[in-house]
Amino acid sequence: MSSTLSTIDEPVPHHSGIAWKLSLWWMILRTALEERFVYRGDFVLGTLMRFLPIITQVFLWSAVFDAIGQVEGEKAAEIGGYQFPDMVAYYLLTMIARAFSSMPSLASGISQQVRDGEIKRYMIQPIDFIGFLLLTRVAHKLAYYTIAILPFALVFYLCREYFVDGWPPLNVFFSFCASLVMGFLIGFFFEALIGMIGFWFLEVSSLLFVMMLFSFFLSGHMFPLTMLPDGVEGLVNFLPFKYLAYFPAAVFLGKVPEEELPMELAVEAAWLVFFVVACRVAYARGVRRYSGFGG
Amino acid sequence: MNELPVRPNYWKVFLTFARNSLVRDMTFRTNFLLQCVSSVGWTAMNVGFYLIIFQHTASIGEGTGWDRDRFFLFIATTWFINSLVQAFFMPNAQEFSELIRTGGLDFALLKPIDTQFLISFRRIEWSALSNFASGLVIAGYALWSLATRDIDPMIPSWWSVLLYVVFILCGVVMMYSLMICLSATSIWLGRNQSLYNFWFYITNFSRYPMEIYDKGWGKPLYGFFTFVIPILLVVNVPARLLAKPISPRTNWEWQMVGLAVIATVLSVLISRWVFRLALGSYRSASS
Repeated sequence: MSSTLSTIDEPVPHHSGIAWKLSLWWMILRTALEERFVYRGDFVLGTLMRFLPIITQVFLWSAVFDAIGQVEGEKAAEIGGYQFPDMVAYYLLTMIARAFSSMPSLASGISQQVRDGEIKRYMIQPIDFIGFLLLTRVAHKLAYYTIAILPFALVFYLCREYFVDGWPPLNVFFSFCASLVMGFLIGFFFEALIGMIGFWFLEVSSLLFVMMLFSFFLSGHMFPLTMLPDGVEGLVNFLPFKYLAYFPAAVFLGKVPEEELPMELAVEAAWLVFFVVACRVAYARGVRRYSGFGG
Repeated sequence: MNELPVRPNYWKVFLTFARNSLVRDMTFRTNFLLQCVSSVGWTAMNVGFYLIIFQHTASIGEGTGWDRDRFFLFIATTWFINSLVQAFFMPNAQEFSELIRTGGLDFALLKPIDTQFLISFRRIEWSALSNFASGLVIAGYALWSLATRDIDPMIPSWWSVLLYVVFILCGVVMMYSLMICLSATSIWLGRNQSLYNFWFYITNFSRYPMEIYDKGWGKPLYGFFTFVIPILLVVNVPARLLAKPISPRTNWEWQMVGLAVIATVLSVLISRWVFRLALGSYRSASS
C-alpha cells in the first residue's frame, strides 16, 4: 500500500496537447473497432440481407420500364432522367450513401443520456461530448466498412452491367467521395442536433420518427428526386435531406452537370457548417439549462 | 370428487386479452395517438411514392392490367393483411423470443391452456389497426374510381367481395404461420433479434403483383416464394379476386386460388409442428 501512496506525492502531469489528444482518439477508435469485430457472423449476414429489398425494387422498376416501352437501346425510356440500368445503379449507390449518412440511434441515444443524467460524465471529464460521439461513429463506420466491403463488392460486381458508363472521370469521382464524407458529417450533426432537443423536451422519439419519415422520402432513398413534380422538386432541392442519399448517387452517375458540381458541393459544405454551428450552440445552451441531480 | 379436466373458453380468454391490451393502450393515450399518426404518415409516404410512379407509367408491368386503380386495390390488400398481422401477432412473436431468452416461457407452459394459443394472442397492438383504416380509405377510393371511370368501368360482384374477405383471412393465417416458425427458431438460437428485419425483408416480396418476378432470374424467386414459402399468394390471390372481373378467368388463376387454400392449411399444420418441435427442445433459461 505504501508504495502506491508515495506516487501520489508527485504532481500528476496535466495532460493536454496534440500527443495526448491523439492517443485519446486512438483509444476511442480501437475500442469501437474491437466492439464491432465481436459479432462478425451476424454482421455479414445482416449486411447481405440489406440487399434483399433492392431485388424487389429492381423487379418493380423493370416492370414499370417494360410498361412504358423500350427498355434498352438508343430510344430507351427515361423516368426523371433515369433509364432502367441507371435506376438500379442509383439504388445501389444510395445504399452506399445511406451507409455513410445514417446514424442509427444517435439522436435517441443523446436524448436518453440527457434524460437519465449520464451526460454529466462529459461535463466533468476532459472529453468533448460531441467530439467523442463523432469519433465513436467514425470508428463504427470504419469497422463496418472493413467487413462490409466484401458483400458490397460482391453485389456491385454482380450488378456491374447496370453501371452503363462505367467509372466516372476522376474529378467526378473525387466529388462523389467528398459528397459522401460531407453526407456522413451532415447526417451526424443533423441527428445530434435533434438529440440536443432532448435538453428542452425530455422525449424526442415522436419528433424523431417524423424526421425519419421525411428524410426517408425526401433524401431520395425511395426514388430519384428528379421524379418529383417540378414545383416540389425545386423545394426539395433547397432542403438538406438530399445530401443523405440522392446527391452522392446523382454525382456518381453524372446526373449533376460537371460545371455545376463545385457550386453544389459548396452548398453542401454550407449546410454542413450550418449544422455544426447549430449543434454546438444547442449543446452549449442545453448544458447551461441542464441541472443534474444526485449521482 | 370427480374432477373434470378444465377446458378454457378460448374465445373468452381472447376477449380478455383484447380488453387488457386496450386498457393498457388507453393508459398512455398520447403515445397511442402518436403511433397511429406515424403509421398513417408511413402510409402516406408509400402512397406518394406510387402516385409518383403512376405519373410516369400507366401500369406496373406490360400487359399485366395492374393500372393505377387496380394497383391501389393491391396496396390496400397489403395494408389490410399487414395491419392485422402487426396488430395481433407481431407483438406476441417478439415477446415470445424474449420469453425464451429470459425463461419466462416456463410460466406459459404451466398454464392450463394451449401454449401456442397463449403465446400468439397475449397482446394486441390496437394502434396497428390504424393502418387497416388507411387500407379502407385507399380501397374505397380505388373501387370508386374503378366504378366511375369512362373506359372499362368495373363494379365487383358480391361473390368476389366475399372471396376477397375469405382469402384475406387466408393470407393473414399464412403470414401468422410464417411468423410462428420464425420466432420458434429463437428456441434453438437463444434469441432472434433480427426477427423483425427478416420479416420486413421477406414481406417486401409480397408487396407487388407476382407477374413482375416472372421473368429472367426472377423465375426461381417466383417459384420459391409461391410453392415453398407461399408469401406471394398472400396478397396476390385476394387482390386479384377483387381487382379483376371474376368471369373471364384463366385456368392458371383458379389453380392459384386452389393453391392458396392448400397453402393455408399446410402452413398452419407446419407451423404447429415446428412450434411443438421447438418446445420439445426448450430448456428453461432460469435456475
